[in-house]
Amino acid sequence: MELNNYQQEAFEYQRKNIETYGKRAWGWTIFYVVCILVGLYALYLQIAKGHGVTGMRDNVVWGLFIVNFIFFIGLSYAGAIIAGLLHLSKVTWGKPIIRLAQFMTLVSVIIGPIFILLCVGRFDRMHHLFIYPRIQSPLTWDVMAVLTFFVGSVLFLYLGLIKDFSVYRDAKLNIPKWKQKLYKVLALGYRGAASQKRHLIISQNLMAIIMIPLAIMVASILSWIFGMTLRPGWHSTIFGPYFVLGAVYSGCGLLIVAMWFYRKLYKLDYYFTDKHFTYLGYVMLILAAGYGYFTFSEYFTDWFASEKWNSELIHKLFSTSEYGWWTLFANAAGIALPIAIVAIPATRKPGPITIAAFIMVIAMWVKRYLIIVPTLETTLLPMQDTRIEYVKYAATWPEWALTIAGIASFLLFFTVMSKFVTVVPVSGLEDTHTVHEQHLLHPEPTLENTSKA
Amino acid sequence: MKQEEVNDKSRRDFLKTAALATVAATACGSLACSCNSKKAPVSDKVKLLSPTGEIVEIDSAYLNHEEHMAIVSKLEAREGIAGKKFVMVVDLAKCKNARSCVSACQKWHYRPKETEWLTVKLLQDSDKAAPYWFPKQCFHCDNPPCVKVCPVDATYKRQDGIVLIDSDRCIGCKFCMAACPYSTRVFNWDEPELSLDIKNLAYSPETGIPAKVGTVEKCDFCPDRAREGLLPPCVEACPNGVFYFGDENEDTVSNGLETVSFTQLIKDRSGYRFMEDLGTKPRVYYLPPKDREFPVEKGYQDADSAIKERFKDFKDILEAKE
Repeated sequence: MELNNYQQEAFEYQRKNIETYGKRAWGWTIFYVVCILVGLYALYLQIAKGHGVTGMRDNVVWGLFIVNFIFFIGLSYAGAIIAGLLHLSKVTWGKPIIRLAQFMTLVSVIIGPIFILLCVGRFDRMHHLFIYPRIQSPLTWDVMAVLTFFVGSVLFLYLGLIKDFSVYRDAKLNIPKWKQKLYKVLALGYRGAASQKRHLIISQNLMAIIMIPLAIMVASILSWIFGMTLRPGWHSTIFGPYFVLGAVYSGCGLLIVAMWFYRKLYKLDYYFTDKHFTYLGYVMLILAAGYGYFTFSEYFTDWFASEKWNSELIHKLFSTSEYGWWTLFANAAGIALPIAIVAIPATRKPGPITIAAFIMVIAMWVKRYLIIVPTLETTLLPMQDTRIEYVKYAATWPEWALTIAGIASFLLFFTVMSKFVTVVPVSGLEDTHTVHEQHLLHPEPTLENTSKA
Repeated sequence: MKQEEVNDKSRRDFLKTAALATVAATACGSLACSCNSKKAPVSDKVKLLSPTGEIVEIDSAYLNHEEHMAIVSKLEAREGIAGKKFVMVVDLAKCKNARSCVSACQKWHYRPKETEWLTVKLLQDSDKAAPYWFPKQCFHCDNPPCVKVCPVDATYKRQDGIVLIDSDRCIGCKFCMAACPYSTRVFNWDEPELSLDIKNLAYSPETGIPAKVGTVEKCDFCPDRAREGLLPPCVEACPNGVFYFGDENEDTVSNGLETVSFTQLIKDRSGYRFMEDLGTKPRVYYLPPKDREFPVEKGYQDADSAIKERFKDFKDILEAKE
C-alpha cells in the first residue's frame, strides 16, 4: 500500500514501538498479570465458598461488580460514539485519536460484562440466557445489546486496522516470524487497489453510522436495568439519556488521560497536540455541563417533591454522616472541576486538563457507586435487621481484588495493543497534512523535543 | 390455648395424611427439632387429634415423619393448580409478634433461623400513628415486578396466582431481588446447610427443597400443601389466627379456626393491599389493626432480646407503656 509523506513519517516514527517490547513494557505487563492473578484467586474463593465472600447481601444485592460493569461499559459506549463521530466528521484533527477511542471501546466491552458475570450467583448456568430467554426482561435486552455491540466494536476497530496491517506487513519490520505472519493474515491481502479502498471505506462508514445509535441504545438499555424497577433514585424517566451522557462524559475523560499517557510514553507530541487536549477539553466541558444539569434536575425534583422514599434517599446522599462527602466529591470533582479547568485560559493546558479528566473519571466511578448502593440501602419497608452487613454494604477484599484485576486487564490490553499496532493510525492520516504543518518544520524529533515531552 | 389449637386442627387433614407431626409439634411447641430426622424411639410425646375427636398422646417415634408432598412435574409446577386462585388475608388486629409463623415456615421449608421467608415487621405509618405488627411474606403479585425482570423465566406467575422460583433454572442475577419493592426475596449466598434427609430429595419448585447455592428463594404459598388441601404452616401455626388462606374463586378463606367468605371479610373489615399505589396488585390483603386483641407492646416485651434489638428504633414507645 502506498503511503503519503505524512503517513510514512508517522509510521517510521512509531515503528520502534511495534518492533520492540521493551523492559518497561514487560515490567508493567508482569505487574498487571500479577494483579489479574490475585483477582483470579479472589474469584476462585468466590466460586468455592459462594458469594458470601463478597459484601453483597439480601438488601444490597449488587455492589462493586455492578458499579464496575456500568463504569467500563460506559467507557466502551463513549469510545464508540467518539470514534464514530470523529470518523464521520470532516475534521482532520480527530483522526489520530480514533484508534485510542476504539481500543477503549473494545477492551471495555469485554471487561464490563465480565463484571456482571462475577455478580451472577450461578455462572455455570449462563447458557440459560440463551436457552430460556425471556424477552420482556431488561437484562435480556442488555445481553442482546452488549453482544451486538461487542461484535460491532470488534468490526469497527478491525476495519480501521486492515490498512495498517498491510503497512506493517510490507514494511519489513524487524520482528519475529509469527508476528510477521499474523500481520499478513490480518491484512486480508489488502493492496490498496481501488475496489479494496472503496469497500473498506464504505464498510467503515457503515460501521461508524451503526455504532453511534447502537451505543446510545445499549447505554439506555443498561440504564433501564435500574430505571425499570420501582426503586427510589432508579425509577426515573431521564435515566436513559442520563446514562448515555454519563458514559460519553467519562469516556471523553479517559480518552484525554490515554492521550496524555501515550504522548508521554511514545513521544507522540506531533499527533496528540495541545490542540487535541484543548478540543477534547471543550467537549469535556460541554458534557460536564450537561451531566451537571441532569444530575441537578434529578436531585432537585426528587428533593422538591419530597416523596417519602426519594427524600430518604436524598437525605442519605447529602447527609455528611452517610454519603454526603462522596456526593460532594462526585459532583465537585466530577462536574465542577473539569468545567473550571477548561474554562480558565490559564489552566487550559494538557497537564491540568489531563489531571482534571483523571480525577473526573474517578469521580464518575464514585457517582456510579452512589447510583447503585444507596438506593439498594433504601428499602421501602424498614429493614429491621440486626445483621449490620445486611443493612449496610461494605465491599470485601475479593471484590476490590477483582476490581483491581479489571483495571489491570484494561491497562494490559492497552499495553499489549500499543505494541502490536501503532497507537496513531497510519492509514487514518491520509488527509491530515493540514494539521501537521507544524510537524514538517521539525521532520525529525529532536532530543530537545523528546526530552521535553 | 394449646389445647384449643390442637382441637382446631382440621380432622380431614389428619385422616388424609396421618402425618401431622410437624403441625402438631408446632402447635404443642414441644417437639422443637425431632421431626427432622431419625426414627429411633424417642420419649417425646406428641399430642394429636384422633379420628374420633379425642386428644391422644403418642411417642413421636411411632409417627410417620412428614415427607414433603408429592413431587409434581416441572410443567405442572409451572401451570399451577387448575381452577384455583390463591389469596391470603392477614388480620393485623390479631398479631402480637408471636413469631410462630416464622418458625413454622422455617421448619417446613428446612430453612435456617436467619432465613425468613416470612417475617414480622413493626410498622408505624406516621409519627403520631400507632405502631402495629406486620407479618410480611411474598405478596404473589398479579403484576409481579420480579417476574417481569427475570431474564430466564426462572421465576414465573402461575394460573393459580402463585409466583414461584425454579432454582434449577435461576442464574442468580438477583435482578428480581432488586425489582421487588417489598424486599421479599432472599439469596443463598453460601452453600446451604442441608440435613441428610433432604439432601437427596428430588427438587421441585413447589417445595423449594433442597435449597441451592447462588439462587434466589422466597415464600411460595406452599403449593405442595395446597395440592393436598392443607393450609400453609404459617397459617396453622399462628396461635391467634392472623392468617387466612384460601381460594378467591371459591370465595373462601380459612385461618384454621374459622372459614369465612373472602369478599365478606374484606368488606366487613376494610381489607386493603399494602402499597397499592405501586401497582403490583398483591394477592395478600391486610385487615387494618382496629380493635386490637393485644397491645402492641406485648409483642415487644415477650420477644427474646435478639428480636427486640430489631425494633430498637421503637424502644421509647414500646417500653414507656410498660
